[in-house]
Amino acid sequence: MTDLLAIGTRKGLWLARSEDDRRTWTLDGPHLLAQEVAAVSIDNRRAAPRLLAGVQYGHWGPSVTWSDDLGGSWHETDSGAIRFPADTGAALGRVWQLRPDTADRPDVVWAGCEPQSLWRSTDGGCSFSLVRGLWDHPHRPTWEPGAGGGAVHTVLPDPDTRRVTVAMSTGGVYVSDDGATGWRPHNRGISAVFLPEPPEYGQCVHKVAADAGDPRRMYAQNHFGVFRTDDGGASWASIAEGLPVDFGFPIAASPTTPGTAWVVPLVADVQRVPPDGRLRVHRTRDAGASWTEVGAGLPDGSWTAVLRDAFCTDDHEATGLYVGTRDGCVYASADEGDTFSTVAEHLPDVLVVRAARLP
Amino acid sequence: MSVEVVLPGALADLAGGARHLDLRPDGGTLAAVLDALAATHPVLGRRIRDEAGAVRRFVNVYVDGEDVRWQGGLAAAVPDGAVVHVLPSVAGG
Repeated sequence: MTDLLAIGTRKGLWLARSEDDRRTWTLDGPHLLAQEVAAVSIDNRRAAPRLLAGVQYGHWGPSVTWSDDLGGSWHETDSGAIRFPADTGAALGRVWQLRPDTADRPDVVWAGCEPQSLWRSTDGGCSFSLVRGLWDHPHRPTWEPGAGGGAVHTVLPDPDTRRVTVAMSTGGVYVSDDGATGWRPHNRGISAVFLPEPPEYGQCVHKVAADAGDPRRMYAQNHFGVFRTDDGGASWASIAEGLPVDFGFPIAASPTTPGTAWVVPLVADVQRVPPDGRLRVHRTRDAGASWTEVGAGLPDGSWTAVLRDAFCTDDHEATGLYVGTRDGCVYASADEGDTFSTVAEHLPDVLVVRAARLP
Repeated sequence: MSVEVVLPGALADLAGGARHLDLRPDGGTLAAVLDALAATHPVLGRRIRDEAGAVRRFVNVYVDGEDVRWQGGLAAAVPDGAVVHVLPSVAGG
């Protein structure tokens, strides 16, 4: 059994492999050198696992490329996997998220993009169709871009129903219950400190993760505030008490243990660095009722940041955690965050990490 | 009509390694030249223009040495025998 960790950076993709249950890692790369890789997925639903990457070819624009031989060769659709229809007048800015759907929907892959848009592929990511219900939503003209751009950055397909949840900066959380046709904002209870009154939508939700026990229980790291919903987003309540600060970009939930989730707190709004320069993960075992600082092996004197997709889990019974920093370091934990080891240093800014077990 | 397109090294792989392409566009504008280029080299075409048809922000195009930004953009005239240079701008980090 091989554990594979894909590391997308501002200047290429690296792959780390572990053959000893995540104790040691071997780094391979760069792949796609000089290309920004802001989104990557490892689709191991296929006979040959597919690496799917959202890349920015520097001056030459964005695209989606894939490899079915773990980075040995890369391919892209001639006409472009993601192309805005002519009637929209829009052009793809950046691919922010590539999310394979569940195993029983084997060729379905979702993409979240800039400008704020959701896309669905039924051929494993070779080509995508614009989800018109969200693009044509009457709220869309009033969604503002966050500092990093206006994008759908989170896509959470419900494994049991046709429900799909997305989050965007800004705009907040939107939910469809009919397979991505109709969409409603689901932000009640999520703060927006940059607006005078709590809005129906327009929040700057940084990342959302679904609980292992119930997909309607979700956790959100907001632009100030950490929140939980137990009703699929209809209402949210703060779970930030016990954290040193309530700002950060990523949030991750265990895929196997209900109630377990992690955040990476950053001092904000201007600084956006770990409190006292100590890069740490905070873990809850009770769905946010309490938090514990963990992360032995993560550095002190770390005046960097962890971006929203540079933090992920794997699907081992003892959940592995992976942290990538803007100063090019990657850390891995095989014990749910208690301890970390260094996988990589001195890479370009880490934008995304994704882990999977290969057969 | 015939037009020579000169590519930067970074794009040559998308033209089979060629730095020079001889094209026969249907019209005498930059848009027609880039349409002809995209018809034979679609990925190369996407590197130069987005799907809305606009030349990408950090791509510079010159017709016989003149920056098309000041010659009408995609409507810039491209006469028979012209040389069209595609170059990356000074950007990045």
